[in-house]
Amino acid sequence: MSEAMNVHSGVDAAHAVHHDDHGHGHHEQSFISKYIFSMDHKTIGKQFLITGMVWAIIGGLFSVLFRLQLGYPDQSFPILETFFGNWAKGGQIQPEFYYGLVTMHGTVLVFFVLTAGLSGTFANLLIPLQIGARDMASPFLNMLSYWFFFIAGIVMLASIFVHTGPASGGWTMYPPLSALRQAGDGQKIGTDLWLISMALFIVSSLLGGLNYISTILNMRTKGMSMTRLPLPIWAMFFTAVLGVLSFPVLLSGAILLLFDRNLGTSFYLSDIVINGEILPNEGGSAILYQHLFWFLGHPEVYIILLPAMGMVSEILSVNARKPIFGYMAMLGSLFAIAILAFLVWAHHMFVTGLNPFLGSVFVLLTLLIAVPSAIKVFNWLTTLWRGNIRFTPATLFAIGFVSLFISGGLTGIFLGNSTIDIHLHDTMFVVAHFHIVMGVASFFGMFAGVYHWFPKMFGRYLNNTLGYMHFWVTMIGAYLIFWPMHYQGLAGIPRRYLDKSGWVSFNQFGELDKMITIVSIIVFAVQLMFVFNFFYSIFKGRKVTTPNPWGANTLEWTTKINPGHGNWEGEIPEVHRWPYDYSKDGRDFIPQTEPIGANESKH
Amino acid sequence: MQTFFIVAILALGFLITFQIAKASEYVAVLRGYEKARKQTNKINGFMLLAFLIIGLIGVYYCNEKLKGKILGEPASDHGVLVDRMLYVTLLITFIVFVITQVALFWFSYKYQESDKRKAFYFAHSNKLELIWTVIPAITLTILVGFGIFYWFKITGDAPKNAMQVEVVGKQFGWEFRYPGRDKILGKKYFKNVNPAANNPVGQIWDDPANHDDIFVEQEMHLVVNKPVKLVIGAKDVIHDVGLAHFRMKMDAVPGTPTTMWFTPTYTTKQMKEKTGNPDFVYELSCDQMCGKGHWSMRGTIVVETQEEFDAWLASKKPQYLVANPDKDPSAPKADTVKQVAAVIK
Repeated sequence: MSEAMNVHSGVDAAHAVHHDDHGHGHHEQSFISKYIFSMDHKTIGKQFLITGMVWAIIGGLFSVLFRLQLGYPDQSFPILETFFGNWAKGGQIQPEFYYGLVTMHGTVLVFFVLTAGLSGTFANLLIPLQIGARDMASPFLNMLSYWFFFIAGIVMLASIFVHTGPASGGWTMYPPLSALRQAGDGQKIGTDLWLISMALFIVSSLLGGLNYISTILNMRTKGMSMTRLPLPIWAMFFTAVLGVLSFPVLLSGAILLLFDRNLGTSFYLSDIVINGEILPNEGGSAILYQHLFWFLGHPEVYIILLPAMGMVSEILSVNARKPIFGYMAMLGSLFAIAILAFLVWAHHMFVTGLNPFLGSVFVLLTLLIAVPSAIKVFNWLTTLWRGNIRFTPATLFAIGFVSLFISGGLTGIFLGNSTIDIHLHDTMFVVAHFHIVMGVASFFGMFAGVYHWFPKMFGRYLNNTLGYMHFWVTMIGAYLIFWPMHYQGLAGIPRRYLDKSGWVSFNQFGELDKMITIVSIIVFAVQLMFVFNFFYSIFKGRKVTTPNPWGANTLEWTTKINPGHGNWEGEIPEVHRWPYDYSKDGRDFIPQTEPIGANESKH
Repeated sequence: MQTFFIVAILALGFLITFQIAKASEYVAVLRGYEKARKQTNKINGFMLLAFLIIGLIGVYYCNEKLKGKILGEPASDHGVLVDRMLYVTLLITFIVFVITQVALFWFSYKYQESDKRKAFYFAHSNKLELIWTVIPAITLTILVGFGIFYWFKITGDAPKNAMQVEVVGKQFGWEFRYPGRDKILGKKYFKNVNPAANNPVGQIWDDPANHDDIFVEQEMHLVVNKPVKLVIGAKDVIHDVGLAHFRMKMDAVPGTPTTMWFTPTYTTKQMKEKTGNPDFVYELSCDQMCGKGHWSMRGTIVVETQEEFDAWLASKKPQYLVANPDKDPSAPKADTVKQVAAVIK
């Protein structure tokens, strides 16, 4: 493999002449080719990040709105009517609106923010920089990947504004509810747009994923063997493999659903009488969709979580000034999780009438995942043990990630056990569980990544004080919101109930719901503060003065402070060691580019 | 006006925060960045320890406050198994939770940056890694073993003496059908559904097993200590029969009937005494998103003694007779009226 092939000759030649003066020496790029239809992986990463942030604000705002309904079901908020008209008649969120909000919140956060915004950002930014490549294997496909994501977002956004409202069948979009226009307003054009948007999103994700895989396999610099890769790269690699293998299955599910909706087929439909109308469909299976959906849906959880795990491993090691404990075990557990991710999907379907024997097999496989997860947790703990820890905001978020991953992972042991799942299935317990383990934890991984690599992205630091406030409020808030929510689930309160006052068994948590709502508003406000910090610091943040501000070993810190297209000005550095030689032989850190010394001890 | 004030206060608060943040950054630069960093490092280290301690107290407080609000004693035989599994899992996971969280925050606090310490180069240890692979594996094997054992007990075949009830979900309510004297639910076909002709579940009237089936809406009656097998279906979209007090749950899928069985162990009356709530009632909730009325799709269940149940059932007329009044022996008048009408024509 030759790096020279990937060199953008214009960039390199220019750099040989002008060293400090970027912008002028480059072959002139127009604004459009530099910032909009850019093929530079770093710019594409930033595009994913900023688009993801916009979606996170939208999705987060939706959750604040429906939390208002949950916390104050009787109160009217005239301001809502001002903004949303009929959706909030009399200042009260209407059920159709509520379910639209819930559905969009889930879809947007799971797919647009935590899939595209997280792995899109950091796979793009880190893969070429950490493996020592000039760019992705195919910068053009990479650009297309972003723009398919962008169009998917436009279609989804449009669906919010159609007059029957967005899709409102829950983010899982189970038929027959999602297949029948007669079933409600949200099942009209909104659902078609949702399916089209998802199809476009899947195209984006596949283009990105194939690119990540081929880049990691083929474009590593000299000496960068697979076992010398930093852990974020391994995590992104498995993430991409999971996505490439599972997203097409969701696409097939979505297309069959489009057929059922628009062409009169009966893949998912049978024996239906709706609103007094007897439908002709016979012989379909509604459960088939759930198999197709969760065959993606469960790996999707790990698509969201693995990049966060990888980045947390890296950040903890750098800031504890210690090698990550058990590199091979970390790698092995990532691999085990990636394999098992495909073998557990039916644990979402224990109470669908699934054959009990099949259910028991899935119990076994599901709880097996706890073993590699436990290994990872213990390895992170050992990485901190006897370290010399610097609490940068990134470190704090990484520690927070571990804490949340433990808490949310342990409640997974309840839900993965079919016996307990009978009671807890589809209750608020599930909501609490997956928000902690996959939602908030992955967000923490993402925040850690943003704080840690912001200097690489923009040549400036984020404001630390705001960063610390951001961490502490979010950490405390996340536990205040989701910890007590488990009790609602233990009481059997089903998910997606917008008002529980009509129930004798479920109406005892009024005060708690109020508290959760207030805390979630505060936490949301603090996220806005983070967004402000982000954009403010791009332009006004404290400048980075040294190429390697954290004293890290990996290759991205061997580039200039603001690397141009092509990343390294001269030759791509050669790698001589693994990335985790911290505090070895009395030295604080030894970069990957340094040859092994004659008297160096082995790790 | 109030909204305006809230927005103004938020904006002001934000502005102040931002100014403080900006100022602290300047101060840090002035005083020497390294020194300032080391100081915030100490503060954050302390905060992590404080978070651990206050957090654990919070966990205890939360439990004290909320443990009385979850459902209490299970009201079915299967519920006892579910709860036992739940509490065993809770015990194990809680121990792991405390150990790991304490380790996480304590290590963070204890090993915060100090000029006096060098980090310990410790890249791997096969022994340690083996230990924490094997221990979780053993623990999980135990949990899986118990879980599957209970799971097969709960999902196994219903006992021979179980009574049958058909439960049908629709947007947004519940319908029930009792098999009547012959203990057989008659055949049905969805294209026969016609509420206007008093055939809400689509029974096939040619099937004699249908002639004594009794149809009721919204309220199901069950007999205490008698196993019941629910045959579950749905008319339009997927619903879910959620029985929180019995700790049971099963989806209602259009086109694919499902079943579940359990034995209620307390009558509604006994539960009223047990909970001290005179308004207590067993509720049937829809647990699967089914449209805009999902949150209000409520049914009720009355658990009573055999005698009470028999009396209740006897007061109901089979749906066959409701739909075909001319076949009703107890109402011969209908026939006469028809004959008269025919004569007049």
